[in-house]
Amino acid sequence: MSSTSPSHLHLAVALDGTGWHPASWREPGARPRDLFTAGYWADLVAEAERGLIDFVTLEDGLGPQSSHVLDPDERTDQVRGRLDAVLIASRVAPLTRHIGLVPTVVATHTEPFHISKAIATLDYVSTGRAGLRVQISARPHEAAHFGRRTLDRIEAYDSPAAQDLITELLDEAADYVDVVRRLWDSWEDDAEIRDAATGRFIDRDKLHYIDFEGRHFSVKGPSITPRPPQGQPPVTALAHQTVPYRLIARQADIGYVTPHDVDQARAIVAEIRAEQHTAGRAGEPLHVFGDLVVFLDDSRAEAEARRERLDTLAGEPYTGDARIFTGTAAELADVLEELAGGGLTGFRLRPAVAGHDLPRISRDLVPELQRRGRFRDAYEAGTLRGLLGLARPANRYAAA
Amino acid sequence: MSKPLKQIHLAAHFPGVNNTTVWSDPAAGSHIEFDSFVHFAQTAERAKFDFLFLAEGLRLREQGGKIYDLDVVGRPDTFTVLAALAAVTDRLGLTGTINSTFNEPYEVARQFASLDHLSGGRSAWNVVTSWDAFTGENFRRGGFLPQQERYSRAKEFLATANELFDSWRGDEILADQAAGIFLKDAKAGAFVHRGQHFDIHGRFNVPRSPQGRPVVFQAGDSDEGREFAASSADAIFSRYATLKEGQDFYTDVKSRLARYGRRPEQLLILPAATFVLGDTDQEAAELAREVRRQQVSGATAIKHLEFVWNRDLSGYDPEGPLPDIDPLVSEEHISRGRAQVRMYRDPIAIAREWRQLAEANKWSIRDLVINTGNRQSFVGSPATVARTIDDFVQADASDGFILVPHITPGGLDSFADEVVPLLQEQGVFRTEYEGTTLRDHLGLAHPDAGWATPG
Repeated sequence: MSSTSPSHLHLAVALDGTGWHPASWREPGARPRDLFTAGYWADLVAEAERGLIDFVTLEDGLGPQSSHVLDPDERTDQVRGRLDAVLIASRVAPLTRHIGLVPTVVATHTEPFHISKAIATLDYVSTGRAGLRVQISARPHEAAHFGRRTLDRIEAYDSPAAQDLITELLDEAADYVDVVRRLWDSWEDDAEIRDAATGRFIDRDKLHYIDFEGRHFSVKGPSITPRPPQGQPPVTALAHQTVPYRLIARQADIGYVTPHDVDQARAIVAEIRAEQHTAGRAGEPLHVFGDLVVFLDDSRAEAEARRERLDTLAGEPYTGDARIFTGTAAELADVLEELAGGGLTGFRLRPAVAGHDLPRISRDLVPELQRRGRFRDAYEAGTLRGLLGLARPANRYAAA
Repeated sequence: MSKPLKQIHLAAHFPGVNNTTVWSDPAAGSHIEFDSFVHFAQTAERAKFDFLFLAEGLRLREQGGKIYDLDVVGRPDTFTVLAALAAVTDRLGLTGTINSTFNEPYEVARQFASLDHLSGGRSAWNVVTSWDAFTGENFRRGGFLPQQERYSRAKEFLATANELFDSWRGDEILADQAAGIFLKDAKAGAFVHRGQHFDIHGRFNVPRSPQGRPVVFQAGDSDEGREFAASSADAIFSRYATLKEGQDFYTDVKSRLARYGRRPEQLLILPAATFVLGDTDQEAAELAREVRRQQVSGATAIKHLEFVWNRDLSGYDPEGPLPDIDPLVSEEHISRGRAQVRMYRDPIAIAREWRQLAEANKWSIRDLVINTGNRQSFVGSPATVARTIDDFVQADASDGFILVPHITPGGLDSFADEVVPLLQEQGVFRTEYEGTTLRDHLGLAHPDAGWATPG
């Protein structure tokens, strides 16, 4: 277990292109021409590690970014194109020592067998710092990139048809994560025996078929990759409503939510805890992190001016699912402490401009939280689970 | 005037899960921990090899309905290891075996394009196929691909991936901060593919990578496989590491290129090869015998015989004579998930031949397996091995070799230290990398070279 003080907050940084503001690429220091190089990502993750951040998440998607939620666009004034998040995480892993690496995986169009071994391998190459963020895709045009299923276009989110589709995709994602986790457990930790006397490399009684049969797919197992160093790399997911909260409650170690004030935070946490109880996981540790977009500067006026400048460049005010914070690091620390009072155990900060706001997080916010006794002074564990205070789980298949 | 000396291509295959990998030796380390891959890759790069090669498995092997436990079992994910190795190497090519049956073109194309970006142009794809329901049980798509469609799917898969790679020309990203133009072309990445196996359309979301497309390897040996390689591959991973067989294969495959409008140097022929080095040829020969005994325990010999006999032979003594019963010819095979079994296409004839060999030489079951299976390609002093390799290449039995050491991860060290300098002295192997991409190392043109450049 970690030695993290209970008063400590956890901090993650969400990396997406040049930042979360669609005009972020136009800022000085945004390096838009470097987006598709390893050096760009290595520098960002090193900066986050300098700030003793628990982990970074890497956004991903199986189609180009778009200014619409569900449809593609043909804009040329924003960043389009991205590299595979699992591979970026892996490319960066040997260059870092402490920080967790949590790539996004789209469960709707990928194979749980491949992803299970990919994240297990990320855990090996990072010696215990891998996680994954699971996401669904309800976008018809992304389905057309695969050609294996057609998704009806969602016209209104609150329509019964839309709710049915989302529920189905989330149920499938829950099965997907269940399969990924079972595959991680399909090798017991001591399955490799190298017993020269009998000539056996493994004890095959310690390898297990998972024999998963679900409504959407079935998977036999065992994995091709032995159980990863953390046993189970942490699984994370973002959710905004009851149905997705259920995925978090059933299958995640960390849920990202988007409260705009402490009352919302309290209500969301209560709802997730209730769902967790219903899912039979009441006693299990489950972090709930608040997501915030951040513009950090030396004064609030500067941060607001920067946001306005970017909005003007973008041609419209930036809005999104999460609360947008503009101000100083000290003011942000106040907000985080207040929101934490609603039961959040950490935050995932989305830098509006990665090249600007990430160094502000690591060099201004983190020292401020440290002064308040709310953040670590050094990495206190060698694995992501350790940093998060999560024990290494027992293997479900191991004989008691 | 004599022919100019051919330059040799060398690559390193991380030891895999066949019984050629010796795990019981005290020098054998982990085949999973990343440190092993780092040591292996950095040794290959120190020796100026063209690339590192990784095989792939998508289901653990079984024999007699049980997970096979006598060889190394398990391996990490190919893409993930290669991306991490890109961080600890600068020039070494990174070749991954990726199955075209249990993947989708959009996903694989973006993984390879990403790997190519993240490695600065060092990625290569060994395209393999499978069809069996056994492997399919691990995947959503299941195992319903009819065997005769495996190459047609593979061909279409590769063609589709190439359409995706080519959907970006490479000059679309302007990223003009002042003008606010990120993309020059609003339709960058647009593609439509309608075929027998894939019907997909939309926008590919990874910009053109340093190599344009990854280098493509192919490993099949059948007529269809050779044709596929001649039409679509940059290099072929063959298994003929003997002179005559190698020359026959070389001549055959190179002669197929013309009908696809390609020149012979556009497809490299690189057989897999093992080696055992000693201070003298005699010492190497003794060491090689020792390695063979480590590779083939009594239990392994019996299991190996079962590949041909397709019966449970666990009651036989490995130090005794071969079974006098005949192999069982059946659709169901005792061994599953093992490509090697396909080498024994006429089991009755092979069993007869093996019995005659064993009787003539007074071989036990274990002796037979030691002496017939997986013969080492190059055994001798460093001078002998360097000369032999050079002779092979100059005699057009291959363009080089993919070396498979029998020990993880240090098995390449002696080759790098003792053989490579001799090849360099002979002027047949580079002393420094001349370029930065794998295409540079292999002497392959960039795929954009043929594109018309707008005035």
